[in-house]
Amino acid sequence: MEAQVWVNGIVAGLLLGLALAAFRLRSNRLWRDAGRELWRRRRLALLVVTAFVAVALCDSIAWVGGGDSGGDDTLARHRPRSLLDRVFPAEFRERSYSAPLAGVEFYGGAPLDHPGMHLLGTDILGRDVLHLTLRGARVALLIGGLTSLIAIPLALLVGVSAGYFGGRLDDAVFFLMSVLASIPSLLLLITLVMVLGRGPVQVCIALGVTSWVAFARVLRGETLKLREQDYVQAARTLGVSELGIVWRHILPNLTHLVVIHFVLLFSGLVLAEAVLAWLGLGIDGSWGQMIDQARDELAREPVVWWNLAAASAALFSLILAFNLVGDAVRDILDPRTAAERS
Amino acid sequence: MSEAALEVSDLVTSFPGNAGRVRVVDGIGFRVGAGEVLALVGESGCGKTVTALSILRLVPRPGRVEGGRIRLGGRDVLSLGVAEMRRLRGREAAMIFQEPTTSLNPVQTAGSQVVEAIRLHERTSRADARRRTLSLFERVGIADPAECFASHPHELSGGQKQRVMIAMAVALRPRLLIADEPTTALDVTIQAQILELLRELQRELGTAILLITHDLGVVNELADRIAVMYAGRIAEQGGRREVLGDPRHPYTEGLLRAVPSRGRPGEPLAEIPGALPAPDAWPPGCRFWPRCPRVRERCAAEAPGPTDVSPGHRVWCHAVQEDLA
Amino acid sequence: MLSYLLRRLVYGFATVLGVLLLLYVLFFLYAEPGDIARRALGEKAAPEAIAQWIRNHGYDRPAPRLLLDHYRRMLTFDFGRSDADDSPIALRLRRGLGPTLALTLPVFALGLLAATTLALFVAYFRDTYIDRAGVALCVLGMSVSILLYIIGGQFLIGKVLRWFPISGFDPSPAVVLRFLALPVLVGVAAGVGSDARFYRTVFVEESNRDYVRTARAKGCGDARIMVRHVLRNALIPLLTRAVMAIPLLFTGFILLESFFGIPGIGSLTVDAIQGNDFATLRAVVFLGSLLFVLAQILTDVAYTLVDPRVRLS
Repeated sequence: MEAQVWVNGIVAGLLLGLALAAFRLRSNRLWRDAGRELWRRRRLALLVVTAFVAVALCDSIAWVGGGDSGGDDTLARHRPRSLLDRVFPAEFRERSYSAPLAGVEFYGGAPLDHPGMHLLGTDILGRDVLHLTLRGARVALLIGGLTSLIAIPLALLVGVSAGYFGGRLDDAVFFLMSVLASIPSLLLLITLVMVLGRGPVQVCIALGVTSWVAFARVLRGETLKLREQDYVQAARTLGVSELGIVWRHILPNLTHLVVIHFVLLFSGLVLAEAVLAWLGLGIDGSWGQMIDQARDELAREPVVWWNLAAASAALFSLILAFNLVGDAVRDILDPRTAAERS
Repeated sequence: MSEAALEVSDLVTSFPGNAGRVRVVDGIGFRVGAGEVLALVGESGCGKTVTALSILRLVPRPGRVEGGRIRLGGRDVLSLGVAEMRRLRGREAAMIFQEPTTSLNPVQTAGSQVVEAIRLHERTSRADARRRTLSLFERVGIADPAECFASHPHELSGGQKQRVMIAMAVALRPRLLIADEPTTALDVTIQAQILELLRELQRELGTAILLITHDLGVVNELADRIAVMYAGRIAEQGGRREVLGDPRHPYTEGLLRAVPSRGRPGEPLAEIPGALPAPDAWPPGCRFWPRCPRVRERCAAEAPGPTDVSPGHRVWCHAVQEDLA
Repeated sequence: MLSYLLRRLVYGFATVLGVLLLLYVLFFLYAEPGDIARRALGEKAAPEAIAQWIRNHGYDRPAPRLLLDHYRRMLTFDFGRSDADDSPIALRLRRGLGPTLALTLPVFALGLLAATTLALFVAYFRDTYIDRAGVALCVLGMSVSILLYIIGGQFLIGKVLRWFPISGFDPSPAVVLRFLALPVLVGVAAGVGSDARFYRTVFVEESNRDYVRTARAKGCGDARIMVRHVLRNALIPLLTRAVMAIPLLFTGFILLESFFGIPGIGSLTVDAIQGNDFATLRAVVFLGSLLFVLAQILTDVAYTLVDPRVRLS
């Protein structure tokens, strides 16, 4: 329960941080134009992403009281109910499978406790599938958000210092990155999760470790280029300290890369977690786990399809939305294509 | 009079802009006689390269030739089909480009690229094409033809690459050679050599040349006739001596005055005030009027028609028209 | 050229040593041998049995000796016995290699072929409806998790259409293709979207270069340009991408094998995960990295052959 509060706090904090950053950038004309262009091009995808974020937020705000959340044991029963949970009636469970909007159980035909109210049916434990699916949004956001929070600053720190200070530091960093990059990422992921443990934070750390290298390489290359720019030389002759140059001249010129990479990374992370869940190493409540639990259901006679369909649809739409937004962001912020547009 | 190598009339080529399509080439016309050198002169951004590309229908998408007539050796280029166009390119008319470094395929040898050009249009054996290429290389002044044949572009100097391009272009003795700023990217000493080479080839093969350039020195070296282009339109056209010796259009006058050698030491350099605006910001009427010392009311309202100052010397300017009225 | 190759090999070897060090840190310093033993023997095992097990599996020596032993054994491919069921690891790996290659190589080759063809086709028609539709299809395709391809493929083709068996494997040449058909199909379908899209971008970028304009100006047809000029120049980024796709092959074969019941190295890995068999996992990760490093070196060498500009001194 403690961990849950903790983790929710991270999600909420992340979103607040992003909102703050967006607000501060509003005054900058380049970013404002970019934002407007993005809105113009990918309205639907942005709305989908916003919807997911909103649902995830709702599930992150929880307080105790007002009925239990219908868990399997007494501990889970007293888990604080989130805003999302409260949309659904308390004690919403059935005994087992039921089809969407059905009035009776799927196998056997016994009448349900809440006939016709399960929009997407119930799963093997009788839990409402719509509820479970919506809860997955929080987990997906956690995966993408927390992992990025780990991977991106790490990549920035390592990549920029390697590129800027060069020399032995660069050699050492390059070697470290080569070592990490030589291990096929899924294998490394599996290893890390098995060694570190299977909690949500550990999984995010594992995901972070496997995804920072590619970005660090890009940052290193870009920093190498920026270092040679005239304005950097000029700043140096004016007496600005090395650290000051990095902070004021190098980092701001990398922000567009951070944004592009964050958006494109997000979908890859969620997909990677789905694969982990399939192998039994995922985070509880994720769509990947739902898909894993549902994989045998198609073999049943008659077929139980709603569990799989709901999780797949949710996963697919989030990934697609992020991919579309990511493409658009990359086109808009990439200096080459941006110049073509003006 | 022998048939003109190239006749262009009312050519319009447009590109998409912020508010609809922009006519980067707006109704220009000129003529290159057989074996003649016409220099198309103007600042960067006036549309001369697009004009050159339009003639061979190489305008990159989303640009488009929208109208006009292009007659190459009597044939209407704009009405030809894809296959006919392919046969025409390289054989009837050829083009050499400004940047020899990026204009050659980096993973193929120089020789094989010229061989390809030959074998695309003529059924000859590889050995025969190779022989022809080697003799072409010798003709264009490459010191060691065999070595160059087997070299990749990145192993050659700028001058050598441009010579390879020229060899490739004249391999099939085209009627017209379009040269888009052929010397701009080269060192000054090499520039002179390349120009000399073009002149020799022109005389030897009887090829007409459409020379695109912004460099008046090059024009003086090579051109028989000159067309001055500004903002998608022709401002003045005529023989070299007439245009350079007796320029009538205010823009041409300004260009010639701005050449440093014409001023006297100690005097400030003459310049044309303002700058060439971007295509979607071209003013109505005569496009030069905001920068023109001889502007009058008509200029902002209507585009000037052609005025013949002398036989073969034509100017598009209201002021000049009034002078002669 | 030879000195370059030598340098790359040395650096590759150093990288492999680094990987082994990382594995050592993760498995021996972080993980508790007692836990591993208990997981293998059961929670109720006697302390002596646990101590014996630890000794047998080599988890008891002091750190530096352990490290050296670890290096020695890994580099000589002496993988010892599985933590879960004591079977010899090297033997099982060898047995699994055949089925894995039978699955992975076709997926790699066919995937490359499919993606390149699709990309060339779409790039030829760039900026037309065909192009836009093609790209849209690719984006849709890469937004679907491989898991769904597996489930979908199994359900559709195995159960509904009944063309191929859903799972299982029989190496006898007569029937092996029938068992491989579905997993190969699924493997190719899952990857073709993102690959084709990337290749298309490369092809389109090359098509916009100056030398293509020159080729067109001398009378080359569009099709010829695509194949003889663009493709040749695009080989370099293509090669990079193909090699970068190797780790994805690992993902692919782990999932495909376990789900389609193919007894290869992937299935072995999944068993190792479920059985907390760290020893097998170590061996598989080491082999995977070794392969990857070799592949990267091969690519670097291939670059020098493909791109005349890269012929290094």
